[in-house]
Amino acid sequence: MIHFLRRRFLFFFFTYLVSSLTIFFLLRILPGDPARVIAGGREATDDQVAQIRDELGLNASLPQQYLTWAVDFIRGEWGDTIAFRGADNRDLIMERSVNSARLAAVALLMSVPLSLALGVIAGLFENRLPDVLISLLTLSVVSLPEFVTGLFLINIVALRWGRSELAQSLGWWFLASSAAPANASFAEMLPALWLPAFAATLVMLAYISRLTRAGVIEELKRDYVRTAALKGIAWRAVIWRHVLRNALLPTITVIAISISWLVSGLVVIEYVFGFPGLGSLLIAAIERRDLLLVQGIVMVTVTVILFANLLADVAYALLNPRVELA
Amino acid sequence: MATVTQRNLLDVDKLTISYRVEDQWIQAVRDFQLQLGRGHIIGLVGESGSGKSTVALALMRYLSRNGRVEKGSRLVFDGEDLLSKPNAEMRRLWAKRIKFVPQNAAAALNPSIKIGRQVTETLKAADGIDGHEAYERMIRMFHDVNLVDPERVAERYPHELSGGMQQRVTIAMALISNPELLILDEPTTGLDVTTEAVILDLVRRLIAERDTSVVYITHNLGVVAQLCERALVLYAGEIMEEASVLDLFQQPRHPYSLGLISSVPKPGQSKRAAPLQSIAGNPPSLTRIPSGCVFANRCPLVLDLCRERKPPLETLEDGRLVRCHRWSEMEAGMQPVSPILRPPSPSLWRASPEREKGRNALLDTTGEKERKKPLPLHGVAQAQTRRGGVWGGGNDNTLMRATDLSKHFPVERKVSEILGRLDPAPIRAVDGVDLRLRAGQTLGLVGESGSGKTTLARLIIGLEERSGGTLELLGMDVRNSVRDRSQDVLSKLQMVFQNPQNSLNPYLSVRQAIRRPLIKLRGFAPAEADAEALALLERVNLRAEYAERYPDELSGGEKQRVAIARAFASDPDLIICDEPVSALDVSVQSAVLNLLAELQDEHGSAYLFISHNLSVVGYLADAIAVMYLGQLFEVGEARELFQSPYHPYTEALVSAIPVPDPLHATERILLSDDLPSAQNLPSGCRFHTRCPRKIGEICETDKPPWRQGDAGHLIRCHIPLDELTNAQSGLVLTDETD
Amino acid sequence: MKSFTVSRAYGAFMRTARSQLRHPQSAVGTLLVVFFLILALFGPQLAPYPNPNDQSHSLRAAPTLDIGGLRLGEHPFGTDRLGRDVYSRVILGAGSIFRIAGLGTLISVVLGSALGLFMGYQGGWVDEIIGRVIDALLAIPALLLALVLIGIIRNLDFAAGSWQAALADNVILLVISLLYIPIVARVARSTTLDIKTREFVEAAEIRGESQFYIIFREILPSVIPSLVVEASLRFSYAIFLVASLGFLGFGARPPSPDWGLMVNENRGGFYQLTPWALEFPALAIAILVIAVNLMSDGIRRAVQKGS
Ligand code: SF4
Ligand code: SF4
Repeated sequence: MIHFLRRRFLFFFFTYLVSSLTIFFLLRILPGDPARVIAGGREATDDQVAQIRDELGLNASLPQQYLTWAVDFIRGEWGDTIAFRGADNRDLIMERSVNSARLAAVALLMSVPLSLALGVIAGLFENRLPDVLISLLTLSVVSLPEFVTGLFLINIVALRWGRSELAQSLGWWFLASSAAPANASFAEMLPALWLPAFAATLVMLAYISRLTRAGVIEELKRDYVRTAALKGIAWRAVIWRHVLRNALLPTITVIAISISWLVSGLVVIEYVFGFPGLGSLLIAAIERRDLLLVQGIVMVTVTVILFANLLADVAYALLNPRVELA
Repeated sequence: MATVTQRNLLDVDKLTISYRVEDQWIQAVRDFQLQLGRGHIIGLVGESGSGKSTVALALMRYLSRNGRVEKGSRLVFDGEDLLSKPNAEMRRLWAKRIKFVPQNAAAALNPSIKIGRQVTETLKAADGIDGHEAYERMIRMFHDVNLVDPERVAERYPHELSGGMQQRVTIAMALISNPELLILDEPTTGLDVTTEAVILDLVRRLIAERDTSVVYITHNLGVVAQLCERALVLYAGEIMEEASVLDLFQQPRHPYSLGLISSVPKPGQSKRAAPLQSIAGNPPSLTRIPSGCVFANRCPLVLDLCRERKPPLETLEDGRLVRCHRWSEMEAGMQPVSPILRPPSPSLWRASPEREKGRNALLDTTGEKERKKPLPLHGVAQAQTRRGGVWGGGNDNTLMRATDLSKHFPVERKVSEILGRLDPAPIRAVDGVDLRLRAGQTLGLVGESGSGKTTLARLIIGLEERSGGTLELLGMDVRNSVRDRSQDVLSKLQMVFQNPQNSLNPYLSVRQAIRRPLIKLRGFAPAEADAEALALLERVNLRAEYAERYPDELSGGEKQRVAIARAFASDPDLIICDEPVSALDVSVQSAVLNLLAELQDEHGSAYLFISHNLSVVGYLADAIAVMYLGQLFEVGEARELFQSPYHPYTEALVSAIPVPDPLHATERILLSDDLPSAQNLPSGCRFHTRCPRKIGEICETDKPPWRQGDAGHLIRCHIPLDELTNAQSGLVLTDETD
Repeated sequence: MKSFTVSRAYGAFMRTARSQLRHPQSAVGTLLVVFFLILALFGPQLAPYPNPNDQSHSLRAAPTLDIGGLRLGEHPFGTDRLGRDVYSRVILGAGSIFRIAGLGTLISVVLGSALGLFMGYQGGWVDEIIGRVIDALLAIPALLLALVLIGIIRNLDFAAGSWQAALADNVILLVISLLYIPIVARVARSTTLDIKTREFVEAAEIRGESQFYIIFREILPSVIPSLVVEASLRFSYAIFLVASLGFLGFGARPPSPDWGLMVNENRGGFYQLTPWALEFPALAIAILVIAVNLMSDGIRRAVQKGS
């Protein structure tokens, strides 16, 4: 166990190092002068540019810059934003992270049970009607780009149906609104949350359910399923006790991987719905070329993904007797 | 089966089973019939593709989703028609009265459920008992199948048990409900001979105790001869012959049965006496089943009639069934060749055509023969006796010499070891092996899986880098890794691999596969190489049209022939054969063995022939080395192997062979089936944890010495050779001692 | 190799074709992809108004498409608020998405598989280090990395005609290739690891074949099936990504007839005025993505059965 954790943590830090270095150098090393861009492009005077260079510490050597940045980052000093004058990067990122996390949590709560159920049903009925229908559903409707489904949901559900009398009479949370204040509480945010969360659900649905289906089909072909059936126990018991247990184990990893998928999806969804999360902040930060902010956002994202993978690894190893934590 | 008086427990007639493969229904089993009385045991023998596993599951009325039983089939168990039973009732039968023991126990157990729960679940379904009562009964059953420490086994997961233990668990699971019918589908395939002997012994005892009827499915004629009362021979989905085991082995009435029985090498049979019988050709494809006799394309007795009309399954006076137009002509003179029982008689089966065809000038030009003359080596004799491990006996024709060869695989360090600054013990796969190969001869290497024999082969060929020791080929020092070896050494050393499925590149044609070494190692021009490749193909008895085929168009035996042609292409002095026939069916296996023997005769290459099958090694080898846990324990001329004195380990291996002869009975020496780990080797004699002849503490503390017998026979044991001889006089297998 | 390329490739093609036909949904997908490919290749010939920015039409004209009457009319998909023919713009937009996604896939598959084959066959510390770096890079979500890269490069100001400017013009192509190289390399590597232990590779080693020969002659043919599957998967992701980037404003620049961009330009308040200017490009994206997915699903099924 200790050895396992040690190896995982070594990998964790290595990944952290490589991804931070990548982002850092991408932001610094590419042709062109970021200071000039910030100062306003070609029209900026050399003096202005030089001043900004100085402010940003861009005159030091690259390794030195990285070290300075890394130490500051670890100490929690993530600098001030340029894009949003006056705000502190860390406060801004944290506030937006909480919003995105709410969105992601609702999306996961909706998508994981749903896609597992769909995947299992499709797998049990391989190549028969339910499978064909589910496969078509997951392959087509659900594999659409998020902005297409997002726009569809906004225009059809929120704008047309949301204003109908039926929706009005059903209560507040059907009144999906696309605008939410950035620092709202969870309850306040719910009406603005469920529609983008639904769009995000669709993003994960296809991926998780198709891999679940494959897992169920694979397990059904195994010899031990025949052994169990020939014990004379009911088919239902064979499925529940024997097949699902083995078929669903790998989905732990699948869900962890799909979190990285979800993060990409959220960027687009937040942009489409105008949701004040980390994704829309990232787009704004890139557009305004706020290096420190971009870097902070990416590092937070990478941290989340790495932790999700670590958790999945540990859970998988704990639940699977064949894997020893050695 | 006129002998059965009361109602049969199992009554099968006209059973035809089809499978759907890519929109096409294929009849995998046709017109199968079987009557089995209570307490009887019948063996179902067949090669791959014969449909025996399909029958096994169909007898339980369990078919995969793409299979179906055709109309008109009859499947009656104890008076009940299984084919019309609803699933719920079928489940009740499965739970209690009909049980199945699968081939691959590791796959047949649920990997994520503890053994105990999997077994008690069976009891719940069978008798509705659970909890303490079920647990008690399970523990008793585990005792019955000789599982050591049953309480702990119940707490384990399947992957934590050895293969032999897993198979015991599946047998326990099947027998715990005291079934009336037990179907065993190759339960020992994939297990070592020693483990196989233990499992067979167990099965024999348990069914005798319980009066269970058994259908035993196998490809191994030896197992049938040793275990069953009657046997049923299946070929290409049809019954060829059904008879009592004694009748079948003494006088088969069907040409296929005869061919099958004669193609298996018996213990002690050697290539020097006569080539093995073999059946030419391949079984028909199930998509194109001939309308006449299914065996017609391979049968030496074939008539025009056979191709036109399918022979009926006839019942003979002695109660056997035969499907052949010419069964009455199969006379007493056409007996299977079995050097154990009787002197070789003139047989119906041609010696394979290779022998008569005469020498092909292609490979052994006189110049090359000259070169292959043994090289004198100096100072070898003394070195051998001093080191003791090197097998002596004429040292003037040494081809290769390995001295103190070792391979230790490092093990990843655990935290405790890092803290304690200890290096973990490496896995000693090969540990100080001394070996000498004679030019132009075959050295057989035998041992259980895990003995290190394949690693040893890979060290010699250079696919694995040795951790210590030296290797000399014709007096030249041989470099460690194949990447560092000179062209000269590379061309002298070749290899034939175990798995024909993987030994040829699926994207290269046969011609391309063979001509590459000609160009690469012998410097042929492309056009020359093409011609030479065709000649080589002919040498391995494949027609020229095979040159443009791809591996997926070849049968297993044909692939192995191509692999042999490829190995011979560089004109090597030594070919390492790593289990080259173990993946092949018996009828194909013998032809490949004969081919290897002939090519050696002509070409003068030496073989290092590795196999877990002692009879096969005994047939082909001139000398034999027995390996256990990374070390050699016995080395000697091949004929010595089946004669006392044996090393106690060899003795156990030999006694475990299921001899394909129902009259042959030996006292089996049963070894425990847990091999010590190569990371934590036993002290003293490595065999002491399992040795039935262990003499006392000395075996645990002191390394046993090499003892020298006749003709350079060497045995590594604390027991002196004459004492071993006295103790082992019971085992006589060769025809030479009469 | 001669007969391999001809007869084997033909056999594989026929097998794929047959299996596509057995599953009508993949056949439909493939046909649709071919249809879009034709649009991409012959867009300027097929579009009624070959200039995508021809603003000479009436503003905000409603679609004249009449499916029941099988009639296209003057502006089948209507015109947008600037008076551009949406039908022509959709047809002309097929070119860029195919060019970028297709070329990006091709580049990443070629380079990625070379890298993966090398890593897998070589093994040892080279493989260990590159493998770990790839794993680390893959921890950053693809879209994030793409946005960061594109955001930076595009905001830079280059002299026209310089190599940097050429790079900036093809930034999406570059980014897609870079993003997918590690992913393809990982797939190629794991297949290579599997093939490497096959005995025919060992037979080649015993002959003393060079590393180059073993990788490209012995191993590569067996890796190709999984590369084909991976390529079709990458292609569908690439189309997805190109469309998303266009929508986020990180793809083609405004006047160009990029589908994602067209969707973005016509949402919000404009949607109430000219819904068709958003709906038709969105539909085009949806159909293409679904078609590519169905096709790649069919390819995967055929290849897996064939091996
Ligand atoms: S029927 Fe003819 S071909 Fe068939 S086994 Fe008998 S003799 Fe041979
Ligand atoms: S030395 Fe002892 S333990 Fe080893 S084989 Fe001989 S008798 Fe058995």
